[in-house]
Amino acid sequence: MATTEAAHSDVHVGHGHDADGHDHDHPPFLAHHFDTPEQQFDSGKLGMWIFLGTEVLFFSGMFVAYAIFRMLRPDVFEGCSQFLNTKLGAINTGVLLFSSLTMAWAVRCAQIEEHKKCAGFIAATLSCAMVFLGVKSIEYSHKWELGLLPPKWYSFIEGAPHPEGISKYLLYMALPFAIGLVGLVIWLIKSILTGNRFAVSVAKPLIVVFAFFFVGIGLGMILESGESHAEHGEAHAHADDHASDHVSDAAHASPAAGTQSDPLGDSSAIAASTTLAAPLIDRLAVDQANSGIRDELRAKQQQAELGGSTVVAGREGIAGPIDHVSSEINTRSQAGVFFGIYYVMTGIHAIHILAGIGVLIWLLVRTIRLDFNRHYFGPVDYVGLYWHIVDLIWIYLFPLLYLIR
Amino acid sequence: MATPAAHVDDAHAAHGSHGEHDFAHPLPVWLLLAVFFALTFLTIVTVAQSNFDLGNFDIAVTMIIATIKATLVMLFFMHLAFDKPFNLIIFLSTFVFVALFLIFTLTDARMNSHTFEPVVDEPVIAATS
Repeated sequence: MATTEAAHSDVHVGHGHDADGHDHDHPPFLAHHFDTPEQQFDSGKLGMWIFLGTEVLFFSGMFVAYAIFRMLRPDVFEGCSQFLNTKLGAINTGVLLFSSLTMAWAVRCAQIEEHKKCAGFIAATLSCAMVFLGVKSIEYSHKWELGLLPPKWYSFIEGAPHPEGISKYLLYMALPFAIGLVGLVIWLIKSILTGNRFAVSVAKPLIVVFAFFFVGIGLGMILESGESHAEHGEAHAHADDHASDHVSDAAHASPAAGTQSDPLGDSSAIAASTTLAAPLIDRLAVDQANSGIRDELRAKQQQAELGGSTVVAGREGIAGPIDHVSSEINTRSQAGVFFGIYYVMTGIHAIHILAGIGVLIWLLVRTIRLDFNRHYFGPVDYVGLYWHIVDLIWIYLFPLLYLIR
Repeated sequence: MATPAAHVDDAHAAHGSHGEHDFAHPLPVWLLLAVFFALTFLTIVTVAQSNFDLGNFDIAVTMIIATIKATLVMLFFMHLAFDKPFNLIIFLSTFVFVALFLIFTLTDARMNSHTFEPVVDEPVIAATS
């Protein structure tokens, strides 16, 4: 506490006018080109807000990419969103919101000089960030195992069994945190032996923080395993079964009726390419002899051809919501693009979390060093602002990616 | 570092017009907790809402809820409600540019959609009969 009191003591607010830049009669935290701590704080805050502005613009590019592809192919987004585990997303949202609370509380504690509580809240924020990353690594590794990847690597096979055991991708992602944890424990033991009390007081909370990454992994595993046999598995079933409902009912029922059931060539290909024809094929499967339906189907097919080899126009003409997920979307240029957008958006967000963890550790060390007081809490406040904007971006990412019904 | 804490008061006195109060504006704990619970509540609402079919209003409703949450975070957690208005102007002005970006790109997007996002991967309509 001696340092902080000394720090206040030197606030020479009135001496600003004689600032020749070499006046060293100022508190250690006040850079000599500032007249007052308040001016220093406001300048730093202005700079931080400008940086946050660039962050918003930076993320806007990804949101625009999202908006374009979702506008063009709402069915792809709806279908692929089934693969995202809403429970994990919701848990992560809660964790991030809670970390925002602890961060805001840490700022308050820095302002009113409750140093112990401030360090505690910063450590809590860090722990939440670690839980977030732990849950995220479960999500990622699960998807990578299934081949739900960006277009170049997209290799999802419908109906493939869920991988059992611990994914090797999860091990890769957990490895840095495990190394960090082991390193911190070694550092703690060394500090205890050498009697470095400051290092001990820094290492202890950091060990807890790194351990929380594995708490996050455990939490993710519990939710993911519960989900993958229930709702998540159901999502797959939805994606697969619903998709092929129309097609397979027609295509598989008709061979039973006889091999001549394909008067128009590969009816499953037609069905796959034009959903308009699906009900017709259904009826055709029931009533092979109905030449009226056959003609109607032929007409639809010709219309589709006239409209170009794609059915963009036809799709837009269909009234009503898309009530089933089409198996057509399981391709690189469709589901693959969705996952490309998903990985870029959540991945860059996760990189921001990692950067936040970095600055929060720096903040934790400085707080334990008692660097901050009621005239100098800028760094805590600025990091808090950064942390809140990371939370803000997740507030939009969560419903946009996970909650597409 | 052992400077006596003597002229803290001097410094405050020198503040004069700024008053003797600190420039720090600690938020009361009840406000922080209230904002947090409001945010959690809205998250639950948005998750619950996703189970109902609101058709085309779906995206609008989720975005409105997300924007309410974002506003709460901005105003209270980020202090903008009590901050210098200039910071708010900077931050909000970025959204003006985001809106321009979004609107103009989206109005353009359909113009060239065939070239970069085919609806079906391969034209599989078999020309038969």
